[in-house]
Amino acid sequence: MSHHIVAVKHLQHVYADGTVALQDVNFTIHHGESVAIIGANGAGKSTLLLHLNGYLTPTAGEIRIGDFPLTKQTLPEIRRTVGMVFQDPDDQLFMPTVFDDVAFGPFNLGLPSDEVRQRVREVLEQVGAAHLMEKPPYHLSGGEKKRVAIATVLSMSPDILVMDEPTSGLDPFARRQLIGLLKNFRHTRIFTSHDLDMVLELCERTIILHQGVVKADGPTPEIFGDEALLAQCRLEKPLSMQGCPMCGQGRREQRNAGRKGSGGVNDS
Amino acid sequence: MRSIDGAILDLKRLDLLATGDSLIHRLDARAKVLTTLVFIISVVSFDRYEFTALFPFFLYPVVTASLANLPGGYIVRKIGLVIPFALVVGVLNPLFDREVLVRLGPLAVTGGWISCASIIIRSVLTVGAAVILVGVTGFLAVCQALEKLGTPRTFTVQLLFLYRYIFVLTEEGARASRARELRSCGRKGLGLASFGSLIGHLLIRTWLRAERIHMAMLARGFTGEFHSRQVSAFGWRELGYVAGWSILFVALRLENGAQWLGRLVTGLLS
Ligand SMILES: Nc1ncnc2c1ncn2[C@@H]1O[C@H](COP(=O)(O)OP(=O)(O)O)[C@@H](O)[C@H]1O
Ligand SMILES: [Mg+2]
Repeated sequence: MSHHIVAVKHLQHVYADGTVALQDVNFTIHHGESVAIIGANGAGKSTLLLHLNGYLTPTAGEIRIGDFPLTKQTLPEIRRTVGMVFQDPDDQLFMPTVFDDVAFGPFNLGLPSDEVRQRVREVLEQVGAAHLMEKPPYHLSGGEKKRVAIATVLSMSPDILVMDEPTSGLDPFARRQLIGLLKNFRHTRIFTSHDLDMVLELCERTIILHQGVVKADGPTPEIFGDEALLAQCRLEKPLSMQGCPMCGQGRREQRNAGRKGSGGVNDS
Repeated sequence: MRSIDGAILDLKRLDLLATGDSLIHRLDARAKVLTTLVFIISVVSFDRYEFTALFPFFLYPVVTASLANLPGGYIVRKIGLVIPFALVVGVLNPLFDREVLVRLGPLAVTGGWISCASIIIRSVLTVGAAVILVGVTGFLAVCQALEKLGTPRTFTVQLLFLYRYIFVLTEEGARASRARELRSCGRKGLGLASFGSLIGHLLIRTWLRAERIHMAMLARGFTGEFHSRQVSAFGWRELGYVAGWSILFVALRLENGAQWLGRLVTGLLS
């Protein structure tokens, strides 16, 4: 199906204060793809994501989700199609209990009460948070909040999952759990992240954003192998690839060696 | 600021109480809102020197709170928070109103003292009823009930956002103030200038955060209508609840019921 395509053409965004956050961004993401959008701080990643569900309006250019261009008329449908998980789960959880929060979207879709209940239970089980159902969101730990935030979006059964820095602020264990969770999704997935090891694990394709333009777009291992490019965009190889001339071989030993002292051996 | 932070968390706890399950919780929200309205109107409409007749009204909050298993100590503490405000309003009365109304042996009680006490009792009663209403219904459901009862939607949604905004503001406030305190190393901060800037930042941050929350709501299909998991109807039980309490309130308001208790109290005192 051509349904879950995300096409961005000549997208430009200028903020009210004159900051040109996006200059000319072009890419197409196909059904079922898992894509990372990486770049230094201020590269425009968050700005780009906010366009994908129509929160920001392009200064110039066009966005198509599935078969629709993003316009005021298609906005409700597109917001159902594109599930957006924000960077800070505190922004996403605003109801008195986890249940109410997860049920918020399905209720807005007009689903009957029984079905909402069932769906809430299902998605909470899916993210391993069923036991938190009656808890208030503000008392959860960071990892739990993140999982509930993902559940709030999954409960709308989106076709495309968009996440801004999913692993930021998580401890190693929670991060591992989250990666395991995201690996199992069959959705089209778009992440931004500074956690390049996660990108390597989850995304077969990577787009580098630099000063508001797409600097590179290709298979993740290839992109991460190009050191000149990474340096130019103020990025670094993922730890698991550092000091490894033939990527992937003896990863673990290399990683340990890197940690112990030299801080990463260069392979050039 | 810490204490404000705590007070707000406490308010959230109030909302959480509403997820409980009891006879009172299961009633349709409209019944509880209507009953609370009749209660508040009855209490507020008393003459300003009325004092003893107010006491029978405590029956309502006490009965409701215990039927709903609300934690008494917590509710009392919440209500206690308003007493200082009521005092501010009432404290001038004894100065201006010196006419002696009641004599208790050697003690002459002026109208001012009576009206001051009356204001405090009324505040405790009305705020108590409101706190209990939220505790057995939830703020969201209260707003929905108001809407079903004919309040314009723009008003109820604004009310809800205002409620959420209070949380956002105080959370941001607690964070900003903590940061300032930590960096001022136990001295008195950096004076008024830094405080002004702090307030400015606070407002902008609150605004931005409120905007992000709104964005998250829009992303999940919010169209200005709040739904609730409680599907309830206004049935005979609700009708009985509203009618029963209302009749009692009106009866207590129209003296007859109240007077014997009033006489009893003053009789005991003098
Ligand atoms: N609301 C805003 N108003 C003005 N400038 C902004 C706003 N939000 C972001 N920017 C600017 O736009 C650029 C891109 O920001 P952002 O998309 O958040 O970057 P990233 O998420 O890649 O770190 C930055 O230079 C940032 O300062
Ligand atoms: Mg960002």
